[in-house]
Amino acid sequence: MTSVIAPEVGQSAQAEQGQGQPRRRRQPSGERKNWLGGAVGWIWLLIVVIPIYWIVVTSFKTRASYFITNPFLPGKPTLENYKFVIDADFASYFVNSVIVTLGATVPAVIFSFMAAYAIIRGTGGRFLGFTNSIFLLGLAVPLQAVVIPIFLIIIKLRLYDTLLAIILPSIAFAIPLSVLVLSNFIRDVPRELFESMRMDGASEWTMLWRLALPLTRPAIVTVSIYQGLTIWNNFLLPLILIQSPEQRPLPLALWNFQGQYGVNVPAIAASVVLTTLPIIVLYAIGRRQLLSGLTAGFGK
Amino acid sequence: MTALAPPAVSSAQTSRSAPAAGGHGRVWWMVLPALIMFAGFGIIPLLGVLGLSFTTWDTLGVIKPSGFDSWHQVLTDPGLPHALWVTFEIMALSWLFQTPVSILIGVFLAGNQRYREFLAVLYFIPLLLSAAAIAITYKALLDPNFGLGAGLGLGILQQNWLGESGLALATVVFVVSWQFIPFHSLIYQGAVRQIPVSMYEAAQLDGAGRVRQFFSITLPQIKYTIILSSTLMVVGSLTFFDLIFVLTEGGPSDATRSLALDMYKTGFQANLMGPACAIATILVVIGLLLALLLRRLGGRGDESQLEGA
Repeated sequence: MTSVIAPEVGQSAQAEQGQGQPRRRRQPSGERKNWLGGAVGWIWLLIVVIPIYWIVVTSFKTRASYFITNPFLPGKPTLENYKFVIDADFASYFVNSVIVTLGATVPAVIFSFMAAYAIIRGTGGRFLGFTNSIFLLGLAVPLQAVVIPIFLIIIKLRLYDTLLAIILPSIAFAIPLSVLVLSNFIRDVPRELFESMRMDGASEWTMLWRLALPLTRPAIVTVSIYQGLTIWNNFLLPLILIQSPEQRPLPLALWNFQGQYGVNVPAIAASVVLTTLPIIVLYAIGRRQLLSGLTAGFGK
Repeated sequence: MTALAPPAVSSAQTSRSAPAAGGHGRVWWMVLPALIMFAGFGIIPLLGVLGLSFTTWDTLGVIKPSGFDSWHQVLTDPGLPHALWVTFEIMALSWLFQTPVSILIGVFLAGNQRYREFLAVLYFIPLLLSAAAIAITYKALLDPNFGLGAGLGLGILQQNWLGESGLALATVVFVVSWQFIPFHSLIYQGAVRQIPVSMYEAAQLDGAGRVRQFFSITLPQIKYTIILSSTLMVVGSLTFFDLIFVLTEGGPSDATRSLALDMYKTGFQANLMGPACAIATILVVIGLLLALLLRRLGGRGDESQLEGA
């Protein structure tokens, strides 16, 4: 790649500057448009939007009109599908999902934050190094591969068919990535701040909550959103650990619903929209935070 | 706040140089809650998978040791090579499809179009949806009789997408890509933004065209992002479960029965937990090998990337 920047370019660059070409940061290639990328970008947008639009439009159709109307035109919108889904105990599935998501995300992030703090601040010590390697190894362990022993453990703990059965493994599998991200952020807190706080006689526990927490809040919010989303959408754990209908969280309820009302596509569409709506609302609120956090996490 | 600006890298040296002023021993216990949770539901199950693969268990009765029976059963079953092949096909096809499209979109999004922000918002939506919701949507959408194709009267869309072996696999790859291309294009967008503009300016003065710049600057500069994104794609595709499960349940006639699905069906539908654990062990080993391999690929000459910048 270095061959592109030949040494003599330096001089000619100065000459070119005079031509009043503003140094536009994010348009690397100057005036030349990226037609191919643009075309693919817009086509992909259609591919993304069409199914979403279709499912929303369909959710407002009656069963009868679904079969005869143009799939893209709303026709005479009706709310009967939504009423149907909400009457089918939607609220209790929703509450189950909220309990599982909050019940797993909050402890997972708190535990990960404490662990990250210890790993960064507690230098030396073979134990902390070992713990860190365990978490790093954990990044490579897929949940899918270990569900059978989890199933066994949950049965042995007599937690089968309870929300706690989903919550406990969800906490565990949120930890490795959260520790990794949070420790990267805690590492960036200037050491001097910790030292001056220690001079004032603060304990590690105080420094954890009074110094590290406020300074890493953006990272904590991002990690919480990410893990919350993952846990909210999890399907496999409820599938194997939940039996009774009243304990189902939304994705499992959705799947069951689809099996039960397979032919009633508008009702299924309404249930997809309803289960997705809470996340879209949260996304609208926390979008900047989420995107900036994600790009920071992956930026090199 | 400013201390947070460059999160992932650097500044480790600056803060690390001074030895910590005491207090080492007083923080170790803070890892305990996380460690106990992860050991209990991550590490022990990981060892448990291997252990249980040497037993017989039907989810109801007792767990009995059975030596290599499960392994023998799994390794001689023609279902295993088939599931491996399906997994490989999904992995390879989704990589081949997702990578070029994601790079193209990523490069495009890194430009300064006005509507870039708007596009990024819409692109992100599939990532928010649960795999179950996506699969259910596509199942209805692709229905040959009542789906989009029939509604529009377009014969080309009116195929039995999920009912024919070849088509079903392609559909799975497409739906997976639908969910994840936005994610990878956002990663690429971030990476392309990091490339110094001066490199392009210099190349332009040398008369390098758009295409030449793309292959001589953009691609080499985002090499490590390509490896990172590919690792996530490849290792991730190994564990696709919910989407395929809801979309096809592995069918038609096992055409989309990947390894993760094979494990679920063997364990929770056929109640053969021992063989299912043997399959899960294979899944873990392949995952670790792939992650190591891709890391090896990306690990060499980490510094050269910084040199360019």
